Amino acid sequence: MSDTNTIISPENLIYKKTDVLLDNTMHYCPGCSHGTVHKLIAEVIDELGIQETTIGIAPVGCSVLAYNYIDIDWQEAAHGRAPALATAVKRLMPEKNVFSYQGDGDLAAIGTAETIHACNRGENIVMIFINNGIYGMTGGQMAPTTLPGMPASTCPAGRDVSHDGAPIKISELLAQLPGTCYVTRQAVHTAANVRKAKKAIRKAFENQQANKGTSLIEVVSTCNSGWKMSPVQANKWMEEHMFSYYPLGDLKDE
Amino acid sequence: MAKAKGAIVVDTEKCKGCGVCVSTCPTQVINLAADVNGKGYHYAYMGNPDACIGCANCGVICPDTCITVYRAKPVKA
Repeated sequence: MSDTNTIISPENLIYKKTDVLLDNTMHYCPGCSHGTVHKLIAEVIDELGIQETTIGIAPVGCSVLAYNYIDIDWQEAAHGRAPALATAVKRLMPEKNVFSYQGDGDLAAIGTAETIHACNRGENIVMIFINNGIYGMTGGQMAPTTLPGMPASTCPAGRDVSHDGAPIKISELLAQLPGTCYVTRQAVHTAANVRKAKKAIRKAFENQQANKGTSLIEVVSTCNSGWKMSPVQANKWMEEHMFSYYPLGDLKDE
Repeated sequence: MAKAKGAIVVDTEKCKGCGVCVSTCPTQVINLAADVNGKGYHYAYMGNPDACIGCANCGVICPDTCITVYRAKPVKA
């Protein structure tokens, strides 16, 4: 133990919470990917030194209270309308760094039109898309991104593709649009993936500063409460089932 | 016994005991406590401090950012 006590000193510090992340305890369930992605955004904002000039657009969904956790300016959008609000904010204040933060129920269901048109116009914004294949906040209902055969509270026997259609691969869809400059799919279930995801988020903010167009970062995530698994089991399930349908990697990088 | 190269400090009141750090630790340093914190969660703690290499994987992956990581600087011979 004496070793440990001597190691814990300020000069040996290698990792601590960034000051851009507030001290409020997050309301998310234990192990939720939202917390990890919030942290990455805060770290990128800290590293780029853009805390004073960044405006986040919070969604409707579990992350509706995102403005309680990252110490920047925020706007709360109506359900699915974050890309439209981000468009307005960025056009009125082009010198600001604007990003939207949305889940799959927000970005890929009720807000599909706003999402596609903002990307098609090539709005110079960053969009962070958390895809956990389920409506987490409202009780685990089937989302457009629910995998075939995956159970949810509104399809307890699993998604039936003949009845409900196949899951939307929103990133593939958006990568085809000329307005997007960077579309990538990441995950935050291992430390290596977290580090990669952080690089992607940083790149997206740098693209915005270079006026390159819309950057979309999809983060394939878990919803361990909705999936009715422990956080560690959910990470494993995601690796085994989600990645084959939602493969990780860059879809577009211009 | 291996000499510890790293150490972590867990904010035990903020920890929700999700156990993601336990599964990500390459040297099995972290355990969940038998005790619970104020919210009733079995918080993470250094169960095997001697094995810590200070890789910071636990801090990086913690969704609630409640782990601070320290690593000893290599001693010059």
